[in-house]
Amino acid sequence: MNAATVATRPSLPRRLGHFARKQKAASFGLVVLFAMILCAVFAPWISPYDPNEQNIILNLAAPSAEHWFGNDTFGRDTLSRVIWGARVSLFVAFTSILLAMVVGGLLGVIAGYFGGRTDRVIMAVMDVLLSFPSLVMGLLVVAVLGPTLVNLIVAIAFTAVAPFARIARAPTLSIRNREFVDAARSFGMSDWRIMLRYILPNIADEVVVLGTLWLATAVRTEASLSFIGLGVRPPTPTWGGMIRDGFENMLDSPWLVVMPSLAILAVMIALNMIGDGLRDATDPRLRQE
Amino acid sequence: MLSYTLKRLLFAIPSLLGVLTVVFFIVRIAPGDPAYVILGESASAEALAALREQLGLNKPLHLQYVEFLWSVMQGDLGRSMISNQPVLNEVWRVLPYTIELTAAAMLIGVVFGVPLGVLSARYRNGAADYVVRFFSLLGLSFPAFISAILLLLAFAITIPLFPVIGEAAYDDPVQRLRALVLPALNLGLIMVAYITRVTRSSMLSVIGQDYIRTAQAKGAAPGQVLRVHALGNALLPIVTVVGLYLGVMIGNSVLTEIVFNRPGLGKLIVTALNQRDYPTLQAMLVIYALFIVLANIITDLTYGLIDPRVRNQ
Repeated sequence: MNAATVATRPSLPRRLGHFARKQKAASFGLVVLFAMILCAVFAPWISPYDPNEQNIILNLAAPSAEHWFGNDTFGRDTLSRVIWGARVSLFVAFTSILLAMVVGGLLGVIAGYFGGRTDRVIMAVMDVLLSFPSLVMGLLVVAVLGPTLVNLIVAIAFTAVAPFARIARAPTLSIRNREFVDAARSFGMSDWRIMLRYILPNIADEVVVLGTLWLATAVRTEASLSFIGLGVRPPTPTWGGMIRDGFENMLDSPWLVVMPSLAILAVMIALNMIGDGLRDATDPRLRQE
Repeated sequence: MLSYTLKRLLFAIPSLLGVLTVVFFIVRIAPGDPAYVILGESASAEALAALREQLGLNKPLHLQYVEFLWSVMQGDLGRSMISNQPVLNEVWRVLPYTIELTAAAMLIGVVFGVPLGVLSARYRNGAADYVVRFFSLLGLSFPAFISAILLLLAFAITIPLFPVIGEAAYDDPVQRLRALVLPALNLGLIMVAYITRVTRSSMLSVIGQDYIRTAQAKGAAPGQVLRVHALGNALLPIVTVVGLYLGVMIGNSVLTEIVFNRPGLGKLIVTALNQRDYPTLQAMLVIYALFIVLANIITDLTYGLIDPRVRNQ
């Protein structure tokens, strides 16, 4: 943080407190998301069984006192798999959006700061990337690179870079002409230092808000790719993959589809609530009187 | 309007070129020799050489690129590795199914989404607003394949109103329409959620404007103010979002077609994926991108129709 950003705003804890009071739905979403993250982190300790432990006697067993969410075709415990599935789903979503935020944000700042030909080339490439439906693009990238965890993250990040570049570029265009940037330049500060120290902190809010909105998209894309069969390879449990496997036995054992679906929905609703709250809080046009 | 249309079409050429370039390179970032990837480890040296020859892989990259652009411009998107038929043949066969699905979904989205958004904005923070916002949040949160599975479970299996997976006789118009209902509803309801939201926020930002107060002060009927003065001015962002979400809808149509086992571009691309049919995948990506570029042009032209200021710029 630097003087240029601090002077105009209350402290972060105060802003958070204000946010929690004003945005009740978003706060609820945060609690749900936080619970999901805890599940993912502490999966080895809280899941009742080993997610990959097969027990053929329990093949497609209905939910019971021992196995709350029932068992799949291999007799694996669905509850444990749903808990472990949170790991892949949340990890892929968070890292891919972080990657897209860093790469897209930097490209946007560079485009906006230098302007001219650099700007035109970067933004033209971003516009082309926006011409592809993101699921189809992700599908092709994973198909070409091979379905591994890292490739999945790269593919999802690839589909999300352009919006971050756009949102980072717009405010950079006006900030680069502000007095404090001129002052920094007159001290002989390099362009890179100016971008990192003076421009990035000033655009961070907008990029982070967009990041929360895109987290939901990333969760959805990961689940969709896993459902198509391009997710992290079995036997690693993923929510989309579990739905794919359960689809065949949907008539006799609907819980195999319903339970992971509910997990995805809970995360999606929580993320959308948080995203909405953040957007309302940062968009002056929508601010409540 | 004609010169505006022509200008907009000319502007699409660089983006088309960019799209083709990206597609060309994505298919070629595959680690290792594509011929090896396609044929597998047990392939003989002759078979590999023959495939490389057939795919033009033994030529220098820039030459491959130029040949790729040249054949696309002539309307040749290559041949399927599996059937050895031109990819376009198969595309033309299934395209109507995807178009009828997305068109029906778009119709559902606009017909229900716009009025619901207006209602929500008109009674801001009232009961109706909360109900509409709750359901649009729900709609946004459903991945298309999950809502598709639930619709299938509810209205094809539990209450057998509509045909289950792949049963439909598509040459009978009535059967075809019946088979369209659930998939279109699946895509459409998600679209309703998107359109409702953007209509609401666009209306809210317009309702506070001075000219709305002026219209009210002049004694215009509340319904008229809402329809003519407010919605008329709120339309541009709505059209933008409808255009932008076409990309999301295309992704969702892939998932919907898989779950309902419906013929269409989505099924085609997933089949090609499972068969590692790279030429087909490459062609499909070009076609999908063409749709988006086309949708952007239509969106811009719609701006011109709605707002005379845009076309006179």
